[in-house]
Amino acid sequence: MSQAEETAEITTGGARGIDDRKNAAIRYVFFSCALVTVLTTLGIILVLIQGSVEFFQQVSILEYLTGTEWSPVIRPRSYGVLPLVWGTLIITVGSALIAIPIGTATAIYLSEYADPQVRKIVKPTLEILAGIPTIVYGFFALSFITPIIQYFVPDTGTFNAAAGAIVVGIMIIPMVSSLSEDAMSAVPDDLRNAAYGLGATKFEVSTRVVVPASLSGVIASYILALSRAIGETMAVTLAAGMSPQITTDPFEPIQTMTAYMVQIGISDVSVGSIGYQSLFAVGLTLFAMTLSMNLISLWIKSRYREEYQ
Amino acid sequence: MTANAGGPRTVSKSETDDFRSETEQEDAPLGTPRVADPVIESRDLDVYYGDEQALHGIHMEIPERKVTALIGPSGCGKSTFLRSINRMNDLIEIARVDGELSFHGKNVYDDDVDPVALRRKIGMVFQKPNPFPKSIYDNVAYGLRVQGKADDVDEQVHTALERAALLDEVEDQLDSSGLDLSGGQQQRLCIARAIAPDPEVILMDEPASALDPVATSKIEDLVEELAEEYTVVIVTHNMQQAARISDKTAVFLTGGHLVEFDDTNKIFENPESDRVEDYITGKFG
Repeated sequence: MSQAEETAEITTGGARGIDDRKNAAIRYVFFSCALVTVLTTLGIILVLIQGSVEFFQQVSILEYLTGTEWSPVIRPRSYGVLPLVWGTLIITVGSALIAIPIGTATAIYLSEYADPQVRKIVKPTLEILAGIPTIVYGFFALSFITPIIQYFVPDTGTFNAAAGAIVVGIMIIPMVSSLSEDAMSAVPDDLRNAAYGLGATKFEVSTRVVVPASLSGVIASYILALSRAIGETMAVTLAAGMSPQITTDPFEPIQTMTAYMVQIGISDVSVGSIGYQSLFAVGLTLFAMTLSMNLISLWIKSRYREEYQ
Repeated sequence: MTANAGGPRTVSKSETDDFRSETEQEDAPLGTPRVADPVIESRDLDVYYGDEQALHGIHMEIPERKVTALIGPSGCGKSTFLRSINRMNDLIEIARVDGELSFHGKNVYDDDVDPVALRRKIGMVFQKPNPFPKSIYDNVAYGLRVQGKADDVDEQVHTALERAALLDEVEDQLDSSGLDLSGGQQQRLCIARAIAPDPEVILMDEPASALDPVATSKIEDLVEELAEEYTVVIVTHNMQQAARISDKTAVFLTGGHLVEFDDTNKIFENPESDRVEDYITGKFG
């Protein structure tokens, strides 16, 4: 047998190899799927910027960023976005005050204290919370949380910032607890054993070894949850109201940036009007806020990744 | 078989009639199982992982301020025995212990023994260097802080690092992460961390198995020095290491039996058990 005959089965004879022949098309299918996401993101950014440019041709950026009155549709018109940012901030900070302690404690419980059987049930249950439609949370706030608040603070209106913050807080607990628990479970047992071997209690092992070692993942979960709170729309629109104002009283109605966008989105403002254009400016502002939160979260994760190994 | 022919038998006050009669059973080790001043005494200790029995009726006494080596092939139960001394096996949900393991005559498995307090008396160094992702200083100070020995932390940290033969190498970088050190330095850091709160006993679970020969020899020198102040129990895969650094050697074979326990010289030069001799000379294991 000649050498060519012996190697016939493993050579291509000038044609393309098996992998190239069969799978070349697949590569492009996958690539175009990936492209859809990228192009959509780019498209959204372009649309936001284009709309915002039209808005800022009529309203100075300075007025937009520093004004304390927001009324782009109803005269007398004013274009200070701060009341909306303030509303978003109240909801975000308020929900963080609820979700971070409860979510972190839940994560520590699930990762360090719970029996495996308990964890097997509790963790998926918590994650179901994340699957409830946000509009349902909004009704939950209106029909359950607000009446409870009114029982303790009788002057509270139907719409109030506190109910919004509480309900968003409840919504993002699973995000904090689930992602934090993942980070804590990833801490190697070597570190726990080292601490136990030094005579540490379970609480000391949890708080002085596991939490510090998983801190990057835990903080990243906080930021992702906060960014979710910033972007949250339906629940806060229903619970916290549509009154853009800068108030420190949590029992007053407020309006978040997202709630404003809902309001304009379903209203009869005409395309091309200043009210319509303001939608894009607020949307861009919102996008910038959540994008920077996500970037911070990514940065923290990569900066401190797997520090314990 | 003469259970007691292995060497001069040292009798201590803790010897009781029932010890010999119990050890006359099949699980009694060959050699010289009695020591002069035992800190730790194991009597008929069984350990189970679920349905599997990992240790069978271990009888053993561990002398004070000596290096006791536990050797044997993989899966022979030597690490399990080590971890049962400071009740680290408690952390494994399916582990169960029968029999008695005494520390200064008190069975550590009695209901009134606090495993956290026990571990403060019996420190541990693990196979893989496992410094906390904290500074060198905070690593050594960790035990002091959780044990409430927070006076003069500076001084105690320096002393511990010095005893662990690491101070010269890290004196200028106490604030940098323990993870920036080399593997051998990390393991000496872990030793410093274990001795900082000043325990009585130090358990070492193959402390040099992940290290290169130079780092290993530093750890070995250190172990011999530590025995001047501490009771050291060391598990090792490496028989030459056991021969070099230990005073007493326990040989575990075949699924959790302590076969022979004697002075290290005796074990390596003239063991009673043929199986131990085969193991030592590398015929199996």
